[in-house]
Amino acid sequence: MADNGNNVSLWREFKKGLWQEIPPFRLVLGTCPTLAVTNSVKNGVAMGLATLFVLFWSNIIISAVRKTISPQVRIAAYVVIIALLVTIADMFLAAVFPAISKALGPYVPLIVVNCILLGRAEAFAQKNPVIPSIFDALGIGLGFTMSLATMGSIRELLGFGSILNFKILGNWFEPWIVMILPAGAFMVFGGLIALINYISSRKQGGENLV
Amino acid sequence: MKLIFIFISASLINNFVLTYFLGICPFVGVSNKTENALNMGLATTFVMTLTAAVTWPIYTYILVRFNVPFLEYVAFIIAIAALVQLVEMYIRKSSPALYRALGIYLPLITTNCAVLGLALFMVLRDYNYIESIVFGFATGVGFTLAILMMSGIREELDFADIPKPFQGISITLILAGMMALAFMGFAGLIRG
Repeated sequence: MADNGNNVSLWREFKKGLWQEIPPFRLVLGTCPTLAVTNSVKNGVAMGLATLFVLFWSNIIISAVRKTISPQVRIAAYVVIIALLVTIADMFLAAVFPAISKALGPYVPLIVVNCILLGRAEAFAQKNPVIPSIFDALGIGLGFTMSLATMGSIRELLGFGSILNFKILGNWFEPWIVMILPAGAFMVFGGLIALINYISSRKQGGENLV
Repeated sequence: MKLIFIFISASLINNFVLTYFLGICPFVGVSNKTENALNMGLATTFVMTLTAAVTWPIYTYILVRFNVPFLEYVAFIIAIAALVQLVEMYIRKSSPALYRALGIYLPLITTNCAVLGLALFMVLRDYNYIESIVFGFATGVGFTLAILMMSGIREELDFADIPKPFQGISITLILAGMMALAFMGFAGLIRG
């Protein structure tokens, strides 16, 4: 019975990142990469996976050392741990996928200051054992990757008429250049937040929609 | 002449907030009142100028010299965090009035990705020391400009009838999109 309860709560830690606390839309954390690298699906997914990698290891390390770090220096310690992991991720990307690393440019190092990582360290990993922290990291990381992929597909479809470089809309389609530009990123992101607000307020009874 | 180009480019044409999406958190979070926005902008400009002045020597004379440039992210983030802490301590001692105005914003600046972004761009573009400081200052001015304009628009929006799902962050981001479009008009200022 206890075992069963344990599984349920692990599943809950995983699942909350996918909808209830989906990072960029609900928590409004990690907005910079959400806006900056989502001009195509490929870049968005690569960024999401890089963040997932760093989050996975930072949650494990921070929850493993949570009792040895004194509270006064914890933020500095977390930042150094995260910065080292980001360095690893950056060097890996540059060595194995040089094209993607080039496309993402300085946004890979900027994972260091992505609020999702410090946010999860503060809100979850420093209070929980290693196993739940792993599930938390996987859920939030996948939710983040999904969000970036969604943003990327909308912008790539409207901006180039393709998804993953695969032409979907025919020649009749006039690409919306604005979707590739920064302005399009802001508008798609704002629109998606409104859509998610709308869906969840419908779920909760649906009064006061307009 | 190059310094003027760097200044115009970093503050208007390649505005950090509106073209590189750096510093969105304070841009959305602290832009509800003009006064707060101005204070945040000033504090950020100050820290950015200092960051450029401090991280450039660290990169050039320590990391490059000892052949460990891959440590730049760790070194920069520690330098920025220490710098913000020092500035906070100094302001608290020297000018309590200024501390009351800027105090709560200073810790937030450490996690402002525009500050780290600034240090990274500075290295990527091979600026020399003077150029880096101008670049840091201009980036701060650009940030202040963007957050100040946004806060002005948002104060007016308080009286507007916005559909419920769009209220709050959503409408702020859509407005930022329109501002980004407007800022594209500056692109013709400098050739090349």
